[in-house]
Amino acid sequence: MAAQYLLGNEAIAHACLEAAIDVASGYPGTPSSEVIDILRMQDERPFHVEWSVNEKVAFEIALAAAWCGVRSLCTMKHVGLNVAADPLMTSAYTGVTGGFALLVADDPFAHSSQNEQDSRRYAHFARIPCLDPASVQEAHDMMVESFALSEEFGLPVIVRPTTRICHSKSDVRLGDVRGEHRTGTFRHDPKQYVTIPAHARLLHRHLNDKQSRIKKRLVERGFNHHTIRGETAIVASGVAAAYVQEVIPDNVSFAKVGAYPIDEEWLKDFVDQHRTVLVIEELAPVVEEAVRQVATTTEVSGKMTGTVPYEGELSPASVAAAMRRAGFAPTETFPDATPVQGVPPRPPILCAGCMHRATFFAMKKVFRDGIFPSDIGCYTLGLQLGAVDTTICMGASITVGSGIAHSGEERDVVCTIGDSTFLHTGIPGLLNAVYNGANIIVVILDNRITAMTGHQPNPATGVTATGEPSPPTSLEAICRACGATFVETVDPYDLPLLLETFRQAKERKGVRVIISRQPCVISARRAGIRRKPYTVDTEQCTGCGACRAFGCPAIAFADGRPTITDLCAGCGVCADICPSGAIHTEGRR
Amino acid sequence: MSGSFDILIVGIGGQGTVLASNVLGEACIMENRTVRSAETHGMAQRGGSVESHIRIGGQHGSLIAPGTAELLIAFDLLEALRYRHYLPPGGRLVTNRRLVVPTSVYMQGLDAPDEEAIIAALGDLDLSCVDAAALAREAGSPLAQNIVMLGAASHHIPLASGTVLEAVRRCVPKKTVDINVRAFQLGRDAVKRC
Repeated sequence: MAAQYLLGNEAIAHACLEAAIDVASGYPGTPSSEVIDILRMQDERPFHVEWSVNEKVAFEIALAAAWCGVRSLCTMKHVGLNVAADPLMTSAYTGVTGGFALLVADDPFAHSSQNEQDSRRYAHFARIPCLDPASVQEAHDMMVESFALSEEFGLPVIVRPTTRICHSKSDVRLGDVRGEHRTGTFRHDPKQYVTIPAHARLLHRHLNDKQSRIKKRLVERGFNHHTIRGETAIVASGVAAAYVQEVIPDNVSFAKVGAYPIDEEWLKDFVDQHRTVLVIEELAPVVEEAVRQVATTTEVSGKMTGTVPYEGELSPASVAAAMRRAGFAPTETFPDATPVQGVPPRPPILCAGCMHRATFFAMKKVFRDGIFPSDIGCYTLGLQLGAVDTTICMGASITVGSGIAHSGEERDVVCTIGDSTFLHTGIPGLLNAVYNGANIIVVILDNRITAMTGHQPNPATGVTATGEPSPPTSLEAICRACGATFVETVDPYDLPLLLETFRQAKERKGVRVIISRQPCVISARRAGIRRKPYTVDTEQCTGCGACRAFGCPAIAFADGRPTITDLCAGCGVCADICPSGAIHTEGRR
Repeated sequence: MSGSFDILIVGIGGQGTVLASNVLGEACIMENRTVRSAETHGMAQRGGSVESHIRIGGQHGSLIAPGTAELLIAFDLLEALRYRHYLPPGGRLVTNRRLVVPTSVYMQGLDAPDEEAIIAALGDLDLSCVDAAALAREAGSPLAQNIVMLGAASHHIPLASGTVLEAVRRCVPKKTVDINVRAFQLGRDAVKRC
């Protein structure tokens, strides 16, 4: 097939079609989301594809399908694997019969994440294979192979691209989509699938017995390879290997690690032939630790010697700098270019007309000295509005709020959580808060979609991943079923009502739930909803600046006076904020 | 040197930097060139500063090192200033001559340079300016500013302008092809030194 220009995640999704997957599940998370999005948008789908409510659920769906002998894919971002870690660890014991590929996208530099954890550690922890591509083409090729590897070893296989693979584009050569699909059959085998202690001990031994064969096979299949060119060497993995190849001199040996577990004999043979070895990899020093274990007289440098940065992502320039620190001479010298100082920052911001901004505005007005635990979604951007005090992981707003309230803190605790995040892991927190008598307010920011990751539907949306209608989950019914008695739903574009609802909640005790509901302004626009834009009446405007604090990107200022730009989505909240009544829809006074 | 022709496209999330980079990538495929590019997704998209790296002829990583880009295309003048260090001294910049002031400037009372001050600060570069919004409106849609900018930069891109224009046709939504073809031509014709 001729070369095509594709996003890493597009190439990965196509690889899954080439491998003829039968079941695909996942939970959206940057930089992994496009894979399921592409699969669910296919015209022909001879496979089941779903957005699951969280990663643990998604993992178990895909695992069980693979138990039934079909090929399954499960996708998530790195921190999603924390949620799915429970089934992951024991899935290595039960193994699989159909190929099970677990696509986990890591995010060096935390471009869109809360940490920089390394999923290769999970593969090591669970003792399952992990493939680590260095380019878009390799991500595609490894994804195709991962299913066969999984079937060969009878184990889940992690495919672990990073942001600069998932969200890079390249000329890619794809294969044909022609594989035959399978129909699953569950085979009763309690010794394999019922992990009571007596079975688990045996299964653990079987898992350990597989390890040496896996290591050899990964070298045989060419994932880990090296070239001897001198008495010094660089060992690299992932996208860092591509940066190394850009600047490595001809007389320096090179080993590329693309799969784990690494065969120690292969690695030792390479390391022993060199006086010094520099290990270059992003995130944790996984390869470096392996090199240090096999090295005897060879001098090893890397993260552990301070030669390669521990944090953030690497780049051709930082790789070249690390090489120079280790005594290597990179083929290219990069200039020491520093950004211009004093350029005002342009951080991402909530959209004009975003319902979160209105909700945060009212929340801050009523709870002036409140404490605001929040969660993961677009609304984390409420940080800029002073409306986010904590964010740690999915679903933690309600639990963190409960902990703060139980600590004896007497100020109002107002938790904010999105609809998708509430359904992901927020429900147990709410249940617990009611059960254990927490004194908190929970605001569910219900924009009917999983917005930040690219507008994926969730159970509250009313459609499945493939667009089939599904009964929209009632957040009100869930909250009441958790035991909450104060459950009020409000339209955040109705600022007076929103303020009144917050005030009512403030006067009460216990767990109070406010569901602030208005479709995401982007999905509303896509659905054809148009609201009249607003304008400022310059005669009525006193220049008081009340609208400035609202922080809407559609409001610009010149000489202290506001104007409303063509970004206006017509939510009208600024008109309610303006004390002079100077903001109207165009053509109306 | 790396052997690739490295272009950095910068702007504000929503201005269409990704589409512009798709056009160049598609043009590379049409001319049988290898290409590597990197984009901003997720959290960074929401109206924030965004960058697309495109390495025509690239064979390894997708990231351009600061100080080494052959061409910087800026959809917003403030973003031109933010990313100018990707160019070597005297490097080539094609920029929109307008800027959107970040909302954080209003909220936090920060100082923001105006258009004249920024253009003066970029004066040591090989600089071309276009009024992308005006040309896009002339072409038929304010959304076509990204293609105006590509047209303006096309003089300096080592791909045949006919190939780039054909790639525009393939990459933009069907019903906007005519507008975007006009936008490309208007941009291409409008380039002048600031």
